[in-house]
Amino acid sequence: MNLPGDINLTTALSVWRRNKTEYSHSWMTNILPNFFDPVLYLLGMGLGLGMFVGRGVGGLTYIEYIAPGLMAASAMQGASFETTYNVFVKMNFARLYDAYLATPALIQDIAFGELLWAVTRGLIYGMAFMIVLGGFTLFGHRILISPFAVLLPVAMALTATMFALIGLTFTASIRNINYYGFYYTLWLTPLFLFSGIFFPLNDPKIAGGHGETIAWFTPLFHCVRLMRALAQGPLDWTHAASALIVLGVIAALFVIVPRRMRRRMVS
Amino acid sequence: MADPAVKAVNLRKNYGDFVAVDGIDFEIQRGECFGFLGPNGAGKTTTMRMIYRASPVGSGSLLILGHEAAQGHRDRAIKGRIGVVPQEDNLDTELTLRENLQVFARFYGLSKAQAATRTDELLEFVQLREKADAKAFQLSGGMKRRALIARGLLGDPELLVLDEPTTGLDPQARINLWERLRDLKRKQATLILTTHYMDEAEQLCDRLVIMDKGKIVAQGAPKALIREHVSSHVVEVAVSAQSGRLQSNGRVETPGVSSDGVVASVSELTSMAKRHEQHHDRLLLYVDNGEEVVTRAAQLLPDAETLLRRSTLEDVFLKITGRGLIE
Ligand SMILES: Nc1ncnc2c1ncn2[C@@H]1O[C@H](COP(=O)(O)OP(=O)(O)OP(=O)(O)O)[C@@H](O)[C@H]1O
Ligand SMILES: [Mg+2]
Repeated sequence: MNLPGDINLTTALSVWRRNKTEYSHSWMTNILPNFFDPVLYLLGMGLGLGMFVGRGVGGLTYIEYIAPGLMAASAMQGASFETTYNVFVKMNFARLYDAYLATPALIQDIAFGELLWAVTRGLIYGMAFMIVLGGFTLFGHRILISPFAVLLPVAMALTATMFALIGLTFTASIRNINYYGFYYTLWLTPLFLFSGIFFPLNDPKIAGGHGETIAWFTPLFHCVRLMRALAQGPLDWTHAASALIVLGVIAALFVIVPRRMRRRMVS
Repeated sequence: MADPAVKAVNLRKNYGDFVAVDGIDFEIQRGECFGFLGPNGAGKTTTMRMIYRASPVGSGSLLILGHEAAQGHRDRAIKGRIGVVPQEDNLDTELTLRENLQVFARFYGLSKAQAATRTDELLEFVQLREKADAKAFQLSGGMKRRALIARGLLGDPELLVLDEPTTGLDPQARINLWERLRDLKRKQATLILTTHYMDEAEQLCDRLVIMDKGKIVAQGAPKALIREHVSSHVVEVAVSAQSGRLQSNGRVETPGVSSDGVVASVSELTSMAKRHEQHHDRLLLYVDNGEEVVTRAAQLLPDAETLLRRSTLEDVFLKITGRGLIE
């Protein structure tokens, strides 16, 4: 079966399956550390810092406020790690893509298979974290309180897809693994800190009141506000706009990534 | 006659300004074993990669199993029918040998159950059953090559491209593999292989080309090539046993001893040969009257080691390129 962009699903799923096979050996070392990341932020910032942020944000306690955004960050991190270091190693050191290319797989199939896998991994992290949040909700925290919370996995999938594609774009553009230092410290970390997870961006004290306007041009911000609205409400048309922006980025990168990878890999 | 398995016309490939394949023509018939020989950097792997569609055609025409490959539009159709044993080991080091094969089988559209059956068959075929659950990095060099061969056969290919399939194999494993390749040929598969082993090419290849610096410098059946390019026999004389060194100018340097006698002997011998070559301390005399020359050599240079042997492809290569195959 072929998808748009001449992507063959059989070979793309074979790429996905290879990663699943590897993961089944190493999930203890692979999944657990990354899963603890948002949980630690939730506890450290939410409970710890929350004690000093007595008034909370917009009627929510501090832990309630940051929880949905951390879910977005968790999906972002899962997908990013996969399409940065892991893809780079397979492409450059393990020469695994050369082996794939000797089968009926074409480059776009490999890119799509890796994308599917990265989204799977982002969803695994996001869902695991969502279960933790479900526990907090049961104990009286107002975290997953809107009926639209059932749509959170969709928002996670969108988040993971977008960041997987951004990661693949970067990976297809570099020749040295050390460049990821920049990708993480100058790109993902600032996004994590300044996308409205930890403090509201529409406060007049932030960027002269333009914080949110600036954030509209950054990717994680839209994921965070989608998650927050789905988990806790209220949803309005601006969230549809955010979803469309994410979809637009996905569509554009979906075209760009196979081209970049082809240019990078084929000689 | 059926259309050829592969036909190249003026096939070229550049890497930047460097010309790796410089306008070659060849035609490989279905069911034959076709060899590519040549020194390091001759362009063999580059040609193989164009055939198995991992690398775009530079220019010219390349017809593979009835599809024109130059534009790349038919790659998926072509690749489904080709098996590949690459020169470089690219087994998946994170997976076991069995997982390697099962995972790659799925790329050819096999179901999970079919992949498992095919994996077992092929592990048997390359005699690696007992290593099925070892991680790929735990295999020895020769085992890795055999694993790559098994992987290349997963799709039950009509055309199998083997880039130095036996490099690193022990003699027993090599002979076993030759037998396996002959089995495949009996099943009408077309085999393309590159090798640095002349005996392998003579044993396996129906026809072959010799490449050098991106060009094809000779082609034909091994026996015909030998007949065409060199005499039937070679007399080898190892002059170093004379406790002297044969110089590149044909003089022999023997400390403290006059070398004029040796030089005269060497020149008499070379005059008896159709052609001669020197490689370090070895003098190679290409002759049709082998017995006569080897007898004379033993008389003239009693301390030298002399040897009469049939001509081989290596002699053809030496003649054509003027240097050894393995530098
Ligand atoms: N990706 C590449 N980029 C640049 N140059 C390349 C590339 N691949 C091969 N070459 C060059 O092309 C030439 C032919 O290389 P190729 O690998 O085809 O040789 P070969 O005949 O297979 O040699 P060997 O017997 O050593 O395997 C060499 O000079 C090599 O350096
Ligand atoms: Mg080679």
